[in-house]
Amino acid sequence: MVKFPEKIPDSLARLLVVFLALVAAGAFVVLVVIPRPMKDVRLQWADDIKREQAKPVRYAGFHVCVECHGEIYEMKKKGYHRDLSCETCHGPAKAHTEDPDKVKPVIPAQRAFCPLCHAYNPSRPRGFPQINPVVHNPLKACASCHNPHDPKPPTTPKDCSACHGEIARTKAVSHHVMLACTTCHEVPRQHKISPRSVKPSKPQTREFCGKCHAKDARDKMAKDAPRVDLSEHGEKYVCWQCHYPHSPEVEN
Amino acid sequence: MNGRRTFLKGLFAFLFSGGLIEGMLNILPAGALAREAPDKGKWYGYGVSVDKCIGCGRCMDACKTENDVPREPFFFRTWVERYILRKHGATTVKTIDPAAEAPPEADFDKSILRSFFVPKLCNQCANPPCVQVCPVGATFQTDDGVVLVNVKTCIGCRYCIQACPYGARYLHPVTRTADKCTFCYHRISKGLLPACVEVCPTQARVFGDLNAQASPMSRFQRMNKIHVLKPALNTEPKVYYAGLDGEVR
Ligand code: HEC
Ligand code: HEC
Ligand code: HEC
Ligand code: HEC
Ligand code: HEC
Ligand code: HEC
Ligand code: HEC
Ligand code: HEC
Repeated sequence: MVKFPEKIPDSLARLLVVFLALVAAGAFVVLVVIPRPMKDVRLQWADDIKREQAKPVRYAGFHVCVECHGEIYEMKKKGYHRDLSCETCHGPAKAHTEDPDKVKPVIPAQRAFCPLCHAYNPSRPRGFPQINPVVHNPLKACASCHNPHDPKPPTTPKDCSACHGEIARTKAVSHHVMLACTTCHEVPRQHKISPRSVKPSKPQTREFCGKCHAKDARDKMAKDAPRVDLSEHGEKYVCWQCHYPHSPEVEN
Repeated sequence: MNGRRTFLKGLFAFLFSGGLIEGMLNILPAGALAREAPDKGKWYGYGVSVDKCIGCGRCMDACKTENDVPREPFFFRTWVERYILRKHGATTVKTIDPAAEAPPEADFDKSILRSFFVPKLCNQCANPPCVQVCPVGATFQTDDGVVLVNVKTCIGCRYCIQACPYGARYLHPVTRTADKCTFCYHRISKGLLPACVEVCPTQARVFGDLNAQASPMSRFQRMNKIHVLKPALNTEPKVYYAGLDGEVR
């Protein structure tokens, strides 16, 4: 009986019209008036990718250097510094490659530079060549003895300690201080010249340590060596699983 | 009179902020933003060999130079952490400062079990939490899998900085927008290596297209046991670690 619209008060109906008009206006603005680049993130992203790609390059990459510095490039390729990029030491050189006469890369000749990589630091991986810059030939430029593009020790060192300083120092205050390195390692002469390609031997068996430490050991150095029963002691493991051979401590 | 004018002005401004509304409509459910390696085209990845890093910091320096990262030692796109693990479980982690003098020997005593360096950078997650939380769609993932920040639309709200579980983002003090590693997007799209990979002296850092068959990157993946940081978060990082210690987070 009662007509439905009549139930809605006049004022409310008017408000509804205003509201709908507002929504329509809003939708119109959002969908039509605002330009797409302002609201479509995909367009904005494409834009940003272009901006990102247009950023200037400062490091040219080491392949570029070969063009004009072929000799140094070839020399470095064969030496210990083969994995170093030219710009690791000379800094960003893109500008230099574009105008080599005007822009010169830095030349890191000061002594503080090489120790960034070569100063002794116990967190560095074992075997990485390290020196103590305070005592290693102080006051002279590193480059006066080592060619930075083909670094190697300028003379063949006599002692193992030149390169294995840490091991030598450890052994010097250990129970094995009287044992020469060569008691346990056979060292080919070539090892001191190209240490990474010619490697010394290392003990392989339990019996090797047994030469001095077995109950019936007869080695001339074995006189003072404490004895263990090889058949039982340390079970099946090689001795250096538990005793560091360069500083054999007996901790308990 | 005045009241009506301000009301209309406000209304107008509100309608024109439609960009914001539309932006909000674009906040997609998290799943829709994750990506999978495409069959075709590039899909960049990064490898780190922890046991090759010597902590020389050349990467940190080159990154700052190449990308205009502020020099202060707390803004980094890539950085190197030094871990010191002691007996009885105590671990200290510190970002290295290559300019500083050698560490005091006193740091190193018999209680140390192991010590090593861990290079860090943005993990360019395939399922990136930072992209999910951005209220204006300013951070996004490219088709080749690199997460970028659009400086034109970033409002500097720091939400993504909070959301990143790897601490890879910072607020750039000049632009006041979020900033982070882009794999040197401007370099890699020209076929160059990222600056940090270019200058690394020991090949502790490798980079390449994971879709390529023969590349240092796919070789790295083939030859090593690979881990990622915080795998439980399901962010699916594309920075892969070899020789990663369990203590590293
Ligand atoms: C287009 C040729 C060219 C390219 C490419 C080039 N250089 Fe040079 N470079 C030169 C020239 C020419 C000199 C000046 C030689 C001189 O003054 O004796 C020079 C000098 C240098 C010097 C010595 C600067 C000095 O103060 O004496 C360094 C270091 C150097 N280049 C490094 C690089 C590196 C690193 C690259 C690769 C990123 C590179 N160059 C690429 C042409 C080139
Ligand atoms: C380990 C760091 C290091 C690397 C890597 C390196 N250099 Fe050098 N370079 C030096 C140093 C140090 C000097 C200064 C030598 C001196 O004072 O006698 C130098 C000098 C030079 C010079 C000028 C003097 C000269 O010998 O002609 C050029 C040119 C040069 N380097 C180019 C290169 C190029 C090209 C590469 C890459 C193939 C490269 N360097 C890689 C450290 C480096
Ligand atoms: C960015 C790091 C870095 C810088 C800077 C650097 N080197 Fe090296 N150096 C290396 C690497 C890596 C090796 C190779 C180590 C290996 O083969 O395990 C090496 C090897 C060497 C070796 C050979 C050591 C051996 O085993 O006989 C010498 C000597 C050397 N560098 C001297 C220098 C000198 C001198 C400088 C300064 C001009 C310098 N290095 C700068 C990283 C660096
Ligand atoms: C007076 C010449 C001289 C100077 C200067 C010099 N060295 Fe050496 N360096 C040597 C000799 C000789 C060796 C071989 C080992 C030994 O006898 O100490 C050597 C060995 C090295 C090694 C190899 C160590 C190893 O364990 O394999 C490195 C690395 C090295 N030097 C780096 C440097 C750095 C860095 C500087 C500059 C801070 C420098 N050298 C300055 C002569 C020199
Ligand atoms: C010129 C520097 C140098 C000298 C001198 C030197 N070494 Fe080495 N030695 C090295 C380097 C470098 C390595 C390789 C380290 C690595 O690859 O981890 C090495 C490795 C070794 C190894 C391990 C081999 C392996 O398979 O792991 C032994 C053992 C060794 N040296 C013993 C000696 C002994 C003993 C002497 C003295 C007679 C000596 N070295 C002298 C540089 C040297
Ligand atoms: C008592 C025998 C013994 C003596 C003496 C000895 N070594 Fe060793 N060395 C070993 C054994 C055993 C290993 C193998 C350890 C392993 O595989 O864990 C070894 C390993 C090494 C290594 C490989 C790296 C490492 O630390 O494991 C080097 C380098 C080395 N010795 C150098 C030396 C030098 C230099 C000296 C003299 C200062 C020396 N050694 C004296 C037994 C000895
Ligand atoms: C050439 C003989 C000789 C060889 C080979 C030898 N040692 Fe020894 N070792 C000794 C002597 C001598 C002592 C005792 C030194 C002293 O304290 O007076 C000793 C002491 C020890 C000690 C006792 C340390 C302590 O705290 O009392 C241990 C452990 C040890 N060696 C382990 C080894 C291991 C492991 C090997 C094999 C890699 C080995 N040794 C090879 C001669 C040798
Ligand atoms: C499983 C670990 C382990 C292995 C493997 C092992 N040891 Fe030991 N070693 C010990 C422990 C623990 C002690 C101290 C407690 C003891 O006396 O049994 C010790 C003590 C010693 C001592 C000192 C004995 C004394 O009277 O002072 C010598 C010498 C020794 N070991 C030599 C060796 C030799 C040689 C080998 C290889 C054949 C070896 N060890 C293998 C754990 C080991």
